[in-house]
Amino acid sequence: MLLDTHTLVPSLNDVPLHYLKPNSLVKFRCLIQDMFDPEFYMGVYETVDPSTKTKMLRCGKYKDVTECGVDFNSRNTVTAERQTFYCVPIPGENPWVKEISSSCLTEARVVPSTSYAPSRQKRSYEEDDDMDTHPSEHHGNGDCKRQETEAPSSQTASASHLDLNFPLPGEKGPSCLVKVYEDWDRFKLNDTLEVYGILSVSPALSALADEKDASSSLLDPAESMETAEEQRVHSPPASLVPRLHMLHAKPLPHNNPLLPSAALEDNSAFLSSTLSEMASVREEILSYFTHVLLGDALAAEYLILHLISNVYSRRDVLPLGKFTLNLSGCPTVASYTERFYQIIQQLVPSSHYLAMSLQNMNQMRLVPKKDYVANRLVSGALQLARNTSLFLDETQLEQGQLDTTGVRNVTALGNLISWQKVDYDFNYHQMEFPCNINVLIASEGRSLLPSDCQIHLQPQVAPSHLEESLSSIHMHPQASSQLNKFRIYLSMARLLDYSISDEVTKSVEDDFVDMRKDDPQSISAEDLHRMLVVARLLSLSLGQTSLSRDSWLRAKHIEMLRRSRMEQHKCVNGNEP
Amino acid sequence: MSCFDQPPILHVQPNEVDMSSPLMYGTPSSRVEGTPRSGVRGTPARQRPDLGSVRKAPQVDLHSDTDGAVASEPNAGQRLVIWGTDVNVGTCKEKFQRFLQRFTDPNSTEDENAGLDLNEPLYMQKLEEISVVGDPVLNVNCRHVQSFDAELYRQLICYPQEVIPTFDMAVNELFFERFPDSILEYQIQVRPYNALKTRNMRSLNPEDIDQLITISGMVIRTSQLIPEMQEGFFQCQVCAYSTRVEVDRGRIAEPAVCRNCNNTHSLALVHNRSVFSDKQMIKVQESPEDMPAGQTPHTTVVYAHNDLVDKVQPGDRVNITGIYRAVPMRVNPRQNNVKSVYKTHIDAIHFRKTDEKRLHGLDEEAEQKLFTEDRVQTLKELAAKPDVYERLSSALAPSIYEHEDIKKGILLQLFGGTRKDFSQTGRGNFRAEVNILLCGDPGTSKSQLLQYVYNLVPRGQYTSGKGSSAVGLTAYVMKDPETRQLVLQTGALVLSDNGICCIDEFDKMSDNTRSVLHEVMEQQTLSIAKAGIICQLNARTAVLAAANPVESQWNPKKTTIENIQLPHTLLSRFDLIFLMLDPQDEAYDRRLAHHLVSLYYQSEEQMEEEFLDMAVLKDYIAYARTYISPRLSEEASQALIEAYVDMRKIGSGRGMVSAYPRQLESLIRLAEAHAKVRFSEKVESIDVEEAKRLHREALKQSATDPRTGFVDISILTTGMSATARKRKEEVAQALKKLIQAKGKTPAMKYQQLLDDLRGQSETAITKELFDEALRALADEDYLTVTGKTVRLLA
Repeated sequence: MLLDTHTLVPSLNDVPLHYLKPNSLVKFRCLIQDMFDPEFYMGVYETVDPSTKTKMLRCGKYKDVTECGVDFNSRNTVTAERQTFYCVPIPGENPWVKEISSSCLTEARVVPSTSYAPSRQKRSYEEDDDMDTHPSEHHGNGDCKRQETEAPSSQTASASHLDLNFPLPGEKGPSCLVKVYEDWDRFKLNDTLEVYGILSVSPALSALADEKDASSSLLDPAESMETAEEQRVHSPPASLVPRLHMLHAKPLPHNNPLLPSAALEDNSAFLSSTLSEMASVREEILSYFTHVLLGDALAAEYLILHLISNVYSRRDVLPLGKFTLNLSGCPTVASYTERFYQIIQQLVPSSHYLAMSLQNMNQMRLVPKKDYVANRLVSGALQLARNTSLFLDETQLEQGQLDTTGVRNVTALGNLISWQKVDYDFNYHQMEFPCNINVLIASEGRSLLPSDCQIHLQPQVAPSHLEESLSSIHMHPQASSQLNKFRIYLSMARLLDYSISDEVTKSVEDDFVDMRKDDPQSISAEDLHRMLVVARLLSLSLGQTSLSRDSWLRAKHIEMLRRSRMEQHKCVNGNEP
Repeated sequence: MSCFDQPPILHVQPNEVDMSSPLMYGTPSSRVEGTPRSGVRGTPARQRPDLGSVRKAPQVDLHSDTDGAVASEPNAGQRLVIWGTDVNVGTCKEKFQRFLQRFTDPNSTEDENAGLDLNEPLYMQKLEEISVVGDPVLNVNCRHVQSFDAELYRQLICYPQEVIPTFDMAVNELFFERFPDSILEYQIQVRPYNALKTRNMRSLNPEDIDQLITISGMVIRTSQLIPEMQEGFFQCQVCAYSTRVEVDRGRIAEPAVCRNCNNTHSLALVHNRSVFSDKQMIKVQESPEDMPAGQTPHTTVVYAHNDLVDKVQPGDRVNITGIYRAVPMRVNPRQNNVKSVYKTHIDAIHFRKTDEKRLHGLDEEAEQKLFTEDRVQTLKELAAKPDVYERLSSALAPSIYEHEDIKKGILLQLFGGTRKDFSQTGRGNFRAEVNILLCGDPGTSKSQLLQYVYNLVPRGQYTSGKGSSAVGLTAYVMKDPETRQLVLQTGALVLSDNGICCIDEFDKMSDNTRSVLHEVMEQQTLSIAKAGIICQLNARTAVLAAANPVESQWNPKKTTIENIQLPHTLLSRFDLIFLMLDPQDEAYDRRLAHHLVSLYYQSEEQMEEEFLDMAVLKDYIAYARTYISPRLSEEASQALIEAYVDMRKIGSGRGMVSAYPRQLESLIRLAEAHAKVRFSEKVESIDVEEAKRLHREALKQSATDPRTGFVDISILTTGMSATARKRKEEVAQALKKLIQAKGKTPAMKYQQLLDDLRGQSETAITKELFDEALRALADEDYLTVTGKTVRLLA
């Protein structure tokens, strides 16, 4: 039942804030960007009516502001604790995800708010002002007049000077202060969640920030001790950063709207139907990628493996299952890498393109840093949700000097690739946050960053036709049903379970010993590591949940092809004067 | 404050009368204005904003709804208690005086108590100290109170705002009784510390409000000094009558009517006659060790008052004892409704820096980690097992296959030797840390091992030789933009004081950077002379470094020095040098394959069963490092001497030195570390055996002369094996003979000479060898080499 009704809840991701009714149930698909300090609030309090002197007990949960006439000295006051998370929309979420998820909700948008009519006139300034002087009347009974005061025009100005702290530049969408009432220890930074909660946009919350100049002399001295920056960050205008009081949060294993959001095991019908199709979809996607990669089928194979890779476990410091791909030999003409990224963007739910130009490396903030003045974690481009595809374009890098920031950024990227962790900068110390990001490096020669696997692109297109065939890639018409099939395929393959039987284990071990016997230099422990990952990903890409002898041989085979290509390439380099 | 806006009126009313009334104690007010009747009168009381600057329970209404009785004169009925609490002032005072007079702590190890007679009442001695020194602050360890009187302790924790003033009273009465003639600036204030209530910021919850708590954390920001008005002084503009108004709940109520001339709004505030106290806002953040993984650290606001202002600086690790407060927030002063959120802060009563003595002396205090009884029991049980050494070493980095000896070496490094201080006899500190260098082919999981160690130890630092400069490793001087003070920023080596500094790609480090390590690795200090700051910092860090061979593959035909091209002066400072090479043998391959495959299919639970938990390992190491400091037994010293003599003997047969005193020191350190692994306070012969074995293993790997197959320590100490040196001399002699045979030719072609020598010699002569021979002859002043010509001298 829940499955059907939850689509009726309007989503903050899709519906503009001023169309949503305050104090109503909404949902928000987001990433926990920062965790603020826990706060104490009045869980239960007593109010005294000034005229009748009647006392009344009230509940303060799921609310930001109390009713009038609080009796501070009441013995019935119960202080409770809640935690605040600063949440942003999932960084790098691709447009197709947003489109599809909002189209599921077309009917939901109309339901919650009768006033949803985009052409509606804005209220005049005078009326706004009028309401501000009696703000108390708003909160009592959730009147629906309230949302008009949030008419966006007056707020856009303030938006410009307020940094909403999105990890990636150019992101849009509301960020939200989510108030958590239970079990906040189970959430971790950078978790992706779908939060169901009560929306609170009381203008009283932003009063502090707005009227600071006028009323600062009247403020409690204890409060003015907070710096202006801190106030701005921790109590931003509610119209810009609404408060969401969490009733329920669903961790998102993925953010692909085409897949059921429940765990796969609970949805066996969907599972079996897609599993049977996987092999055939794989063929299609392989031929599509071959085309994109200028006719290089082997590179296409590796690209599939890369896109479905996933850190599934960690052994002490070693992340297992990561598969960073370095695609070297990328043509530098006709902005090939950008086009290539656009295609990936069409297929994966979230991704980010990072041009590794000298300027970017020296100037961008990749690693999140704690700002102690504003008391918040200033985000960086490496604060990404799990399974985000990070596309590093090294063809943009030119010769020149890396400064301190540049060196730090390159080190951070190297750490990310090798250990799947980012060391956040807390000024006095660093803190390590594990992550799970698929890194794809496009470069001309071998990348300066480490990678799990390097493959040199061998275009099957004559250099004279390169330009032409490049321009055709972008045009390649893809029916949206086909695209959706690919999208489901890539997300599905990542979620499958995987195992190796004892029998196959034995034969893998034998294989390794044999290979070493022939030529110990040819294969090292590291190669075996990689081959096991390739075999795993290859099986999953075929929809097989356990390793078969065939898949192992196939993995060995493509690894051999790749290595021979690398050696060949090395020789070519060596012979050159 | 709005109340100052209009001019006021007045009445003279001697405030002091109120002040001395014992009734003052009855109110929950924190102020100890009243001077107890004894000889205290002469000494002014000082306000304690730390106890009640923000919130006071309403005072007026109370009296009306009393069934809980309004407080007590000290000698009033015993049943009377302070409103809202179960504290009876008289009893409480008596109890505390008894505590002060009787409490002894014979087993005290606290450094504050140094020089005190531990069998005499502790706090009476402290009072005596106060009378001499004149600093009217009495720090009281709550644990002492607890062990003396649990009920009193409970009251102190639950009602600090009421109990501490009572303590103040008690202590002042007692003090002036004892030392009636002493003159103090103001009355003694009691500062309790070490309240056991809370240890971690994360566990603060609403139940802790208004209670005495102790938390630990790191100071991240301090505000400027804020003068806070404690008492407003008002003067009537009409009749010059003056009156004082105390602060109440952060506000001062301006008198609207002058009590003397009855004019309204004639009173004006006189700032320089009002009483202010110092206040500072301090932000404290959870210490990184206390935090669960994947969450951001919490922060708490702390207010420091009076002399606690500026006691701490950003970056300090502190234990703070104070009262936890929550104040409702007003959304807008003009509105009635409030944001339902409280602002929380701590009013600090006592600071204790945990890394205060970082720059001098031992800091076991900082390392001190609280182990529960159960945990200690588990650790001891583990230590009692005969195979504990093997168990621990296999628990180290289980994902890395085999390399047992290397893991054992690293394990010993983690424990370290015993710190010895001979500075009083003028010989300085002896290094207790074990340094290890790993060399080997790329891709033999050296970095992974380093990462593991870095994650395991609390004060680990991880740097890569490629990216770090000498400055990044040591320290640099920076000008603080705000205060324009010079600030010393410390680098990786100083930060890992008492920890392990992991340096990857050691060979890629520039010579300049590497030279810094010379001092650190032997003297364990770091000297800085920069921008007018000259100092020596402690860097008692163990170094775990990894180096790759200069050629992409390890060349087994070359010595270690030749392979990694590091100066031997640096190499000799490593206790153990291990090679991580591919063994290339079938049985090994099979085991390796099995290990790797199982890594990829075993579930997490299965893995955990097999190996010791990382947390246990961490605690085990922390416990051993803190509490165990083994000393050499007679038997072990003998064994060490023998081992050293044996090592010297091996070489002497072949005319070379095979051991130096440095090797003996290494052996001692390793033996001590091994004893620590066993939780043994004594180094015994088995420890020496293992140290010897490990040391020999490492030498076998790294100091074997590829030409002879013998272990030759001079490879590491002088950079050249004895055979190589001998060979060089032989070639030089041969060359000399050759030239002499040629007769009187003053100049020869370089290439010609090389060809001739090659033709004559039975063994292959490399160009390098030939060059060295030429150089040797040049040193003898036999010839000189200019360009391509060799000239004879004389």
